[in-house]
Amino acid sequence: MTLPLLSARGLSKRFGANVACREIAFDLNEGEALAIVGESGSGKSTLLGLIAGMATADAGEVIYRMRDGAPRPLSSLSEAERRALMRTDWGFVHQDSTRGLRMGVSAGGNIGERLMAVGDRHYGRIRASAEEWLARVEIPIHRIDDPPTTYSGGMRQRLQIARNLVTRPRLVFMDEPTGGLDVSVQARLLDLLRGLIADMGLAVVLVTHDLAVARLLSHRMLVMKQGEVIESGLTDRVLDDPQAPYTQLLVSSVLAA
Amino acid sequence: MSPLEPEELLRAEGVAKTFTLHLHGGTRLPIVAGVSFSVSQGECVVLGGPSGVGKSSLLKMAFGNYLVETGRILLADGERAIDVARAQPKDILDARRRIVGYVSQFLRVIPRVGALDIVAAAAQESGLDREAARIRAAALLSRLRLPETLWPLPPATFSGGEQQRVNIARGFAGEHRLLILDEPTASLDATNREAVVGLIAERKAAGTGFLAIFHDEEVRARVADRIVDVSGFANREVA
Repeated sequence: MTLPLLSARGLSKRFGANVACREIAFDLNEGEALAIVGESGSGKSTLLGLIAGMATADAGEVIYRMRDGAPRPLSSLSEAERRALMRTDWGFVHQDSTRGLRMGVSAGGNIGERLMAVGDRHYGRIRASAEEWLARVEIPIHRIDDPPTTYSGGMRQRLQIARNLVTRPRLVFMDEPTGGLDVSVQARLLDLLRGLIADMGLAVVLVTHDLAVARLLSHRMLVMKQGEVIESGLTDRVLDDPQAPYTQLLVSSVLAA
Repeated sequence: MSPLEPEELLRAEGVAKTFTLHLHGGTRLPIVAGVSFSVSQGECVVLGGPSGVGKSSLLKMAFGNYLVETGRILLADGERAIDVARAQPKDILDARRRIVGYVSQFLRVIPRVGALDIVAAAAQESGLDREAARIRAAALLSRLRLPETLWPLPPATFSGGEQQRVNIARGFAGEHRLLILDEPTASLDATNREAVVGLIAERKAAGTGFLAIFHDEEVRARVADRIVDVSGFANREVA
């Protein structure tokens, strides 16, 4: 039996009197896409921050199986080890692309930077990888030297994805990756993500309030309300046969297109 | 040791389900109770009974799409059996790749993915390599008489019958030993119904078991080996 790629154990976080996460526990296996859904203020983004090591939990821990196979609590990693993990084995796709991209650097540079961070110094090879990844995320090659400030919202998200995936991470965190985009742009991005997740066998932790996005991209789902996981299971089971009153409310509140 | 007989692919034992509608004052809607039946290799078991009696819900439970509240639904997996009622999500996903396929009444369209790719992806998921998957997908779409000009196009703009043929091709593209069919022929004309009947007969001969709903009397008469009347279970109390 293989160990999970990531395990969260008793994760809790409060901001003053407000409990953002209460004793959250789950396992994530390699190649598995997990959606965390809930309304604003449910604690889902806080939870993502805790799992991705961007915030410190008040209690509990996150254990990650490193590339050498050894499970390590994230809290035991040195700052250098944590940064190395984030540059190589992890990706993070932010809703706000300016948080995930270097806006003053060319598209090619944005992708190349992550390769250089893992020690690649060969300009021709880095350029070739950047071109290959621009093509994979459907950005015209002739835009390679343009900075993301000149890109549309959808293109910026696709560039963020290319920048993250170029080092072939095993785990990608996504925070509302399609939020704020036009519907037609969303569809293209979702389809691209769906293909990449399957082709690369990526494990994904996806935070979204959009149940359609969760259905398309995830295998499994956690439903959060007021800092607690109130229902979890196979994504289609949770959406088609929701058990908890709050999940039933969420599912029935979606307008069918 | 598997609790199933060697030729059994699925066995439902004492399955019961009630929907609780929390948004409507917690109304409890009993669907089925005390359901027991089994499906063997090469056999097509059709669920019968009037609409609303819980046939579709049973199919969804067998696929892990609806929660099984009471009882168990065992799926044969070589020397062992998976109980869908208690299996972890990853085991259900694994079973869907290898063991059990599902053809719903409607295709859930994915933006931008072409018809041939949809079908080939299903074949690839169940273990075929890319090339073999595309060959099988093309053969199925031809057999179901979907015009070749439509193959590269996303089915969103197809007619209901065309979408449904893509859906059927996708369901039959894998190597599943058990196929669940929820009225797959409802929106098809006579010629296409005939093609589906032919596909079912071939797979039965090869040992695939079917658990199905067919409202079409003629199709049902031709493919069903046994009819399990679900209305017989609907109001029965669990022993």
